[in-house]
Amino acid sequence: MEWETVIGLEIHTQLATKSKIFSGASTAYGAAPNTQACAVDLGLPGVLPVLNEEAVHKAVIFGMAIEAEIAPYSVFARKNYFYPDLPKGYQISQMELPIVGPGHLDIEVDGVSKRIGITRAHLEEDAGKSLHEDFHGLTGIDLNRAGTPLLEIVSEPDMRSAKEAVAYMRKLHELVRYLDICDGNMQEGSFRCDANVSVRPKGQKEFGTRAEIKNINSFKFVEKAINHETGRQIELIENGGKVIQETRLYDSVKDETRSMRSKEEANDYRYFPDPDLLPVFISEDFKALVKAQLPELPQAKKHRFQDQYALDEDNAAMLTYSCQLADYFEAVLKESGCEARLCANWITGELSAALNKAGLEITGSPVSHERLAGLLARIGDNTISGKIAKQVFEEMWQGTATADEIIAAKGLKQITDSGAIELIIDRIIAENPGQVQQYRSGKDKVFAFFVGQVMKEMQGKANPGEVNKMLKAKLSR
Amino acid sequence: MSLTTDEVKKIAHLARLGIDKQDIESYAKDLSGILDLMARMGELNTDGIEPMAHPMDQVQRLRADVVTEQDNREKFQAIAPQVEAGLYLVPKVIE
Amino acid sequence: MHNKTITQLAHGLRSGEFSSVELTQAYLNRIKRHQGLNTYITVCEDLALQVAYAADIRLANGNPELLTGIPIAQKDIFCTEGVKTTCGSKMLDNFIAPYNATVVEKFNQAGAVMLGKLNMDEFAMGSSNETSYYGAVRNPWDINAVPGGSSGGSAAALAARLAVGATGTDTGGSIRQPAALCGITGLKPTYGRVSRYGMIAYASSLDQGGPMTRSAEDAAIMLQVMAGFDEKDSTSVDLPVPDYRAGLNNSIAGLKIGLPKEFFGEGLDSDVAAALETAVNEYRKLGAEIKEISMPNLNLAIPAYYVIAPAECSANLARFDGVRYGYRCENPVDLSDLYTRSRGEGFGKEVKRRILMGTYALSAGYYDAYYIKAQKIRRLLSEDFKNALAQVDVVMGPVTPGTAFGIGEKIGNPIAMYLSDIYTIAINLAGVPAMSIPAGFVKGKPVGLQIIGNYFAEDRLLNIAHRYQQVTGWHLQPPKGFE
Repeated sequence: MEWETVIGLEIHTQLATKSKIFSGASTAYGAAPNTQACAVDLGLPGVLPVLNEEAVHKAVIFGMAIEAEIAPYSVFARKNYFYPDLPKGYQISQMELPIVGPGHLDIEVDGVSKRIGITRAHLEEDAGKSLHEDFHGLTGIDLNRAGTPLLEIVSEPDMRSAKEAVAYMRKLHELVRYLDICDGNMQEGSFRCDANVSVRPKGQKEFGTRAEIKNINSFKFVEKAINHETGRQIELIENGGKVIQETRLYDSVKDETRSMRSKEEANDYRYFPDPDLLPVFISEDFKALVKAQLPELPQAKKHRFQDQYALDEDNAAMLTYSCQLADYFEAVLKESGCEARLCANWITGELSAALNKAGLEITGSPVSHERLAGLLARIGDNTISGKIAKQVFEEMWQGTATADEIIAAKGLKQITDSGAIELIIDRIIAENPGQVQQYRSGKDKVFAFFVGQVMKEMQGKANPGEVNKMLKAKLSR
Repeated sequence: MSLTTDEVKKIAHLARLGIDKQDIESYAKDLSGILDLMARMGELNTDGIEPMAHPMDQVQRLRADVVTEQDNREKFQAIAPQVEAGLYLVPKVIE
Repeated sequence: MHNKTITQLAHGLRSGEFSSVELTQAYLNRIKRHQGLNTYITVCEDLALQVAYAADIRLANGNPELLTGIPIAQKDIFCTEGVKTTCGSKMLDNFIAPYNATVVEKFNQAGAVMLGKLNMDEFAMGSSNETSYYGAVRNPWDINAVPGGSSGGSAAALAARLAVGATGTDTGGSIRQPAALCGITGLKPTYGRVSRYGMIAYASSLDQGGPMTRSAEDAAIMLQVMAGFDEKDSTSVDLPVPDYRAGLNNSIAGLKIGLPKEFFGEGLDSDVAAALETAVNEYRKLGAEIKEISMPNLNLAIPAYYVIAPAECSANLARFDGVRYGYRCENPVDLSDLYTRSRGEGFGKEVKRRILMGTYALSAGYYDAYYIKAQKIRRLLSEDFKNALAQVDVVMGPVTPGTAFGIGEKIGNPIAMYLSDIYTIAINLAGVPAMSIPAGFVKGKPVGLQIIGNYFAEDRLLNIAHRYQQVTGWHLQPPKGFE
C-alpha cells in the first residue's frame, strides 16, 4: 500500500525580550542557576504576574508578518500540571482566545511553492530546567528559564513529508529572525519544535492517529525524527498494529523515537482563565503602527533584489536568507560603488565560504562591510584583478588591515604603465618567433599563450585588458 | 449527584493530594453534598449570558520591558527544603 | 489606653500623654494576658518595640503620619519579610516570608507598629476559624463560641482590645462575618481597591484585603493607608484614592436604602432580624428613605461561589509542592510521593475538600457544566447589584443568619457552614464594597449590619457607618472581661 505522511508542527520561539513575560527578572542565557529567578518566577506565595508589553508587541509583529488575524481581546489561561520545573503548578498560557489567529506561511520544496496554514500562535511562559546529573540520585532544578516569554506557533497538519516540515521550520526560523522577535539560537533552546506525525493510506481523507514527538531541536533531527516515526507507524500498521495517541521522544543517538509517558498519566490540564490577569486588548491603532514598522519580509526582499539589482534568483535567495546578510550586501554595494553582481558574487562566494568554514554568521564576520567594500572598489577601478583580490581577501580575513594597506604593503597593485608592459611584450615576441608565426598564419589560439607568458612575467599584476589590447596590436603588425 | 470513591481517588491524584484511605469515603460524601448544592445552578436558564471572569470589565495593563529584579538566590533558598549548588533538589525525575 | 480609638491614640502620642513604646508594651502585655483566645499565631515583641522606638523618634522630629506609632496587627495571610507567614497552615509553618506584601509595606512606611500575625482559617478557607492549623480562636463575647472566619483572629483580637486595628481579607465574607460575630467594624473594599500583592491567594478573582477596626473612623484611617493602585497587581485599579475621613460627617438625609426581600426571608434568626430593624429605624431617624428591593438571583450565589472559589484555589495552591519552600514530607521515595505526601500532610481537611472540589469542577467534561455556568450566574448576580444600586444608594441587610455559633457546632458539616455565608458571598462575586458594623446584641452576642455600596463608594459607606456610630454606642462596648 502507498502511504501518505501528515505532519503538523508546534514551534516554541523564545521572544527576545530583556525581562520575563510576567516579571522583571532578566532573560539572559547562561547565568548561574536560579540567580535570575525572582519571587514571581519562583511562584512564592502571594506574588502576581504583570504582562511584559514587549512580548505582546513581538507576538503582534509575528501575526502581522504571517497575515494573521490579531485578536482584539486575548485571554491568558492556567494550564494545570505538576512538574518540578513548573513552580506554580500551572503554566500561564493561552487556550481559547490566543493573541494570533489563523495565518499562513509559503514554503518551497524542489521548486514547488506550497502554502502552510498556521492555526494560531499564543503567548505563554517557559518552564525551568531539570538537571539530571547525579546529585546523590536527585534531580536539580534551575528556574532561570522559568517565565521566559514564548510564542507557540501551531501549524495546520498541512505538511506531507519530512522535507516539507523542514522547509517550513527553516522558513519560520528565517522569519522570526528577520522580524527580530527571536534570536533563533537552537542550541540554547530559543527555537524548539514538537512534531505531530500520522500516516494514512494515500487517497484516504481521514487523518490517522497521531503521535507527538517532543523537543526536536535541530533541522536535521526534525527530518530524521519524522522519517523514523513515519517508518515506525507504517510498519506497525502493516503488521496489524495500531498507532496510539501519545507523546514520544526522539533519541538522536539511536535515531529512534520512544514513548515518553504512559497512558494512565493522560493529562487533564484543567485550563481556565487566569484570574490574576485581565484580557489583553489590541487596538486597531496599535496594529496599524506595528504594520507600518514591519520590516521588509524575506520574500519581498528577494523579489526586490532580483528587480532592483538584476540578480539571479539563487543569488537573491542566498542574500536574503537573513536580514543581516541582506543589509550587509546593500551596505557593500553602496560603499564600494561596484556593480551589484560583483558584490553579490563576492558575498555569496568568497565571504560565505569563509564564514561557513569558520562556522560564523554574517554578524560575526571578521571582514566588515566597510572592509569588503574597500576591496571590491579596488577591483572596480582596476587597481587589482579578481585573482589578486582573493589573495588580499585572505589577508583581510586573518587581520584587520584594509585592502589598500595590504595592496600597498605587498606591492600587489596592477601595472597599467604601458611602457613596462610593452617592454615585456616586445621581449616575449622576440623570444618566441615560432608562435608569432603560427598566430600570424591564423592560429588564434596561440594568443592565449602570449597572454599567459606576459602575465607570468608580471606576476599577475598587469591589467589584463591593457595586455590584451597591446598584444593584439603588436602581433598583428 | 454523587461521587464514587474511585472518582475521589482520581481527582486526588490529579491534584497530587495524599488522602488517608479511611477518609476517602467521607470526602466522597462531602463532595457529593456540595455537588447537590451546585446542581441548583441548573435550575436557572443562562443561555446567552456572557460568563464573567472578573468583577470589573477592564483590560490588562502592560509592563515596560525592563529588568528590575536582582539576584536574590541566597535569600530565596534560605527557606528551601533542599538545595545544592544553587539548585532545588527533588527526587529523580524520570522522563 | 486599650479602649482608645486610632484617632485618640494618635492624639495621645502627639500630646506626649504616652509614647509608642509604652503603648506597644501595654498591648504586648495584654496579648500575653489573653493568650487563651488564641488570636495571634506570631507575636513580634522585639520587632514591635524596635519599630515603636523609631516611631517615637519620628513623632518627636515631626512629619509623623496618622498611624505612626499605632499598634496594629496583620492577618497571617500577608507576607511579612523576615517574619513567619503561615496562612494558618502546617504547609507554611516554617515559612519566613522573603518579601513584604504591598499592604504591609504601606503600613511600614506609615510607621505603624506591627504587634504580630493574626490567626485565621487555613488559607482563608472557613467561616469559623476552626480550620486553622494553630487551633480555633475563641470569641471574646463567649469563649465557647467561634469568632467567625476566616479573619477570626483579627476580629477577636480587636474585640478583646489586643490591637487597635487589624487587616483582614474577604473572599466570601471573611472580613464582614467575623466582624459581625465579634461586634467590630469591618470593610471589604471594591475588588481592585487594595493591592493583592503579597496576600496569599485563595480565590484570586474574589480576594480583597480590607481594614478591621472598632469604629468606622478608624476603618477610614486604615483604608487610607491600604488603598491605592499597585503596579505589581494587574487587577489593582488605577483610580485616585479619596480622603476617606473628609466626608465622614456628611449628612445622610435623603439617603436611599434598599432592603432586598431575599435577605430577610427564611433562614434569618428572628432576634437578629429584629435587631436589624431597629438599626434601619435609626437610619430612618437620620433622614434615610427605606425601600424594599429584589435581587432575584441571590439564592444562586452559594453554588456559584463554591464552584469559582475552589476552582481558583485548586490552581492557586498547586505551588505548595515541597520543592522551593514550605512543608516537605520526610524521605520521599519518588517525585509523586514528594508531591502527594507533602500536600496531603501539609494541608488540612477543609483545604483538601476545596482543592478536590475545584479540581473536579475544572476537569474534562465538567468545565462547562460547573465553571462556565457559575461564571454566567456571577454575571447575573453582578447585574442584580447594578440594578439595585441604580435604584438606591446602598443596600442593607444581615451579615450572618444568626449570632456566633459554638465551637465544634458546625465544623463537621461543611454544607451547613457554607450556607451560613449566604448574605456575604454575592458581594464578592459582584466585586462591590461592603461593611459590617455592630448593630446590637442578641443574648449577649453581637449582631452585625451589612451596608453594601456601589463600586469604589467606600467613602460613602464609611460616612453612612460613621453617622450611625455617632448616634449609637454598640461599637464602643467591650466584651465582659476585656474592658
